[in-house]
Amino acid sequence: MTADLDYLESQSIYILREAYNRIDKLALLWSIGKDSNVLLWLCRKAFFGRVPFPVVQLDTAMELQEVYDFRDRIAGEWDLDLRVEQCPPEADMDQTLPPLTRAAARKTEGLKNLLRTGKYQGIMVGIRRDEQATRAKERVFSPRSLEGDWDVKDQPAEFWDHYKTRFDEGTHVRIHPLLHWTELDIWRYSKREGIPIVPLYFAKDGKRYRSLGEKNITFPVDSTAGTIDEIIAELVVTRIPERAGRAMDNEAEDSFERLRSSGYM
Amino acid sequence: MDIRNELNGQLRIVIVGHVDHGKSTLIGRLLNDTGSLPDGKVEQVHEMSRKRGMPFEWAFVMDALQAERDQGITIDTTQIHFKTEQRPYVIIDAPGHTEFLKNMVTGASQADAALLVIDAAEGALEQSRRHAFLLHLLGVRQVAVAVNKMDRVDFDQYRFEAVSQEIRAYLAELGLHTSTVIPIAARHGDNIVTRSDKAPWYEGPTVVEALDAFRPQQAPTELPLRFPLQDVYKPDDRRILAGRIESGRLRVGDTLRFSPTGATATVVSIEGWNHSQPIVAAQAGQSIGITLDKRIFAERGHIAHHEEGAPHVTHRLGVRAFWLTSEPLAVGKTYTLKITTGEHRVTVESITAVIDIEDLSSTPAKAVHRNEVAEVVLRSRSPIAVDLASALSRTGRGVLIDGHDVVGGCIVVEVDEGPAASTNTTEVSHAVTADERNAANGHKGGILWLTGLSGAGKSTLAMALERALFDRGWQVFVLDGDNVRNGLNAGLGFSAEDRAENIRRVAETAKLFADAGVLVIASLISPLQADRARARAIGGECFHEVYVAADLATCESRDPKGLYRRARAGEIPEFTGVSAPYEAPESAELTIDTGAVTPVEALGELLDYVDGAFGKNALKRGRV
Repeated sequence: MTADLDYLESQSIYILREAYNRIDKLALLWSIGKDSNVLLWLCRKAFFGRVPFPVVQLDTAMELQEVYDFRDRIAGEWDLDLRVEQCPPEADMDQTLPPLTRAAARKTEGLKNLLRTGKYQGIMVGIRRDEQATRAKERVFSPRSLEGDWDVKDQPAEFWDHYKTRFDEGTHVRIHPLLHWTELDIWRYSKREGIPIVPLYFAKDGKRYRSLGEKNITFPVDSTAGTIDEIIAELVVTRIPERAGRAMDNEAEDSFERLRSSGYM
Repeated sequence: MDIRNELNGQLRIVIVGHVDHGKSTLIGRLLNDTGSLPDGKVEQVHEMSRKRGMPFEWAFVMDALQAERDQGITIDTTQIHFKTEQRPYVIIDAPGHTEFLKNMVTGASQADAALLVIDAAEGALEQSRRHAFLLHLLGVRQVAVAVNKMDRVDFDQYRFEAVSQEIRAYLAELGLHTSTVIPIAARHGDNIVTRSDKAPWYEGPTVVEALDAFRPQQAPTELPLRFPLQDVYKPDDRRILAGRIESGRLRVGDTLRFSPTGATATVVSIEGWNHSQPIVAAQAGQSIGITLDKRIFAERGHIAHHEEGAPHVTHRLGVRAFWLTSEPLAVGKTYTLKITTGEHRVTVESITAVIDIEDLSSTPAKAVHRNEVAEVVLRSRSPIAVDLASALSRTGRGVLIDGHDVVGGCIVVEVDEGPAASTNTTEVSHAVTADERNAANGHKGGILWLTGLSGAGKSTLAMALERALFDRGWQVFVLDGDNVRNGLNAGLGFSAEDRAENIRRVAETAKLFADAGVLVIASLISPLQADRARARAIGGECFHEVYVAADLATCESRDPKGLYRRARAGEIPEFTGVSAPYEAPESAELTIDTGAVTPVEALGELLDYVDGAFGKNALKRGRV
């Protein structure tokens, strides 16, 4: 019973191929988490084994060691064109943001640096609608202003798989090939395809990371799920939101919206 | 929740309706009453409501943006997942305000089915009707209606029946059939998940039961094959045509025809990555890649199909369009029409009617304004491969693009395949028509494309023909392959890409001359079938291919420019005939073997052909 996964896969491949055909300078953001691993896998399917654009990690030097180990191993095995972009320090962030949100904003600034130096026109990101309410409002091809801002009150029409692929000079577009997937879909697909996974997702001593982020602002949640099958079983019944372990999301009612409006993933 | 139910096909439901009729409230309630909200969400919503001095506001579950909560409106569409006992759902919330119609369209276009929410006291207002109409255009065929705020009319059965009958009649006129109209009070949960005791006269389903009765949309695997190309990849020595099958099925060994070029080839393989078994068949909904037995000209936008059940190829389309931007659609304006992956420049020839959303009556108009729906005739320079939306919806609909933005959508309701439509003789933006030019010149404009090996005699023939026709008073001009490389194409080299581009530019230039009424004699080696097919696609009906044939030995013995000698000496890499292939035309309009006839005889044959194809008699035929 995985016909629904075939549909999700086909739709994502269609999006990836549209992006590759229509956008000249593309990069893929790889957080090393479960979603962007699936995204990389889908790229290899779409382009017959090779990922034909740079894969960028926005690095705050605050990831867990397992994440770095995984990154280096997979980048080699999959022959990725990996670029590591060092994010500016927290002291440089907008000081009106709540402290944890400020820590997360480092990635936004790292991304802005990447766009400036790499002159990328399209950035592929593995976000999903079901993760968070403002992400649920996203377009598959989501245009950003010159400053990288997201104008959430005036998004383009997007229907029948016709995406916005023309832009003003100097602006860029975020491409979201996994927008229509759910957390459960990601795990079922990872299982079916045998996609490698950072071991931190599996429970150790009654805790596991459900969503992977930097160690200063992300916490493991209670769980006994030690295998993919157990994770899938856990997700079917849980009522705890996926990003419960992401401290910055719930710091203030609008903290995540503010982050995203100014360019966070 | 059983994992099996979890895997039952997910259904996407859009909730539409007039602003303030309670769409977001209904969704909030639905999520809560089915136990689909994550822990802590209700407390969050309590807090958000309290901060704004409001009673508990269910809409805050969906309205994620600060501006939405502060103004109490839904600005953009959003999606949220929930489950019933039967299956998982994606709920798509669509804004009701007129100014956010593009967001409503964005949301609704992704749905399998729709729930139309109508205020019991107000009945079906403008946006209720507009949304219903758009559902029909967007291809959402399954609709249930919830008559909300029944508590405000004391669950009055007569009021319910009145609203119900009005909307049923309207939907029926659109061809949308609904069996289900449900009286609800979303704020209090009446008839959402549990049956309400306040409307004992109602015996139909609850909202959840109505949703569970919808069927997921099936991929149209049983309809004729449509495989529009997205891209062509060359990862190694394979040439993979990539795309998604929009309808039908495809198997290894099938013969495919590509529209609008008409090229045919056989499927050698269906390519995949990380597959243990070779793939032998694929069907609608799948993103695939194929390889062919022949190197035909095929690119993004071309549609592969079987010989049987081909799409229409046309220059003129009747569409039903909806308009999403403040700058009106107007007669004479030019837009890009994108159907699947194919893009075409189209001009608005006429606006047959603007449709009144209130009573569905039609009025002729000069312009279509934002949020209006209209019947429009579009004309394209290039041939468009297309289907009627009623037959094959996915290849029978498209978006209109102006500058960088999608400004409207349309479904194809009529296709003009008549010869008058495809000769591109009446470009609407010109004050002088092609017919008038032809009449003034005494002949038709057109392109005579001379292809053949170097030394076959193309240039000699072209120049002689130009002289002869000019002496007879024709508007005639030779575009010579070597000459254009000094000017128009000075920046191009001899790589495969540059050669293809060289030919494309000559073809476009020739087309302009032809449109201006001139007979263009294009003289180019143009060795590849694919490049010539592209030139033919650009030239359309006025493109005539002449194969100037002469065997290699003959050409080499002539060697007017000493090129063969240099090529044999290795001084010229990739010289056609020596170190690069020449693909002889399979279906040239005329073949002249200069090895077998004298130059005078060859010119005579050409003149006869030109006279027949572009001369006075051709003009008369063209008028019929």
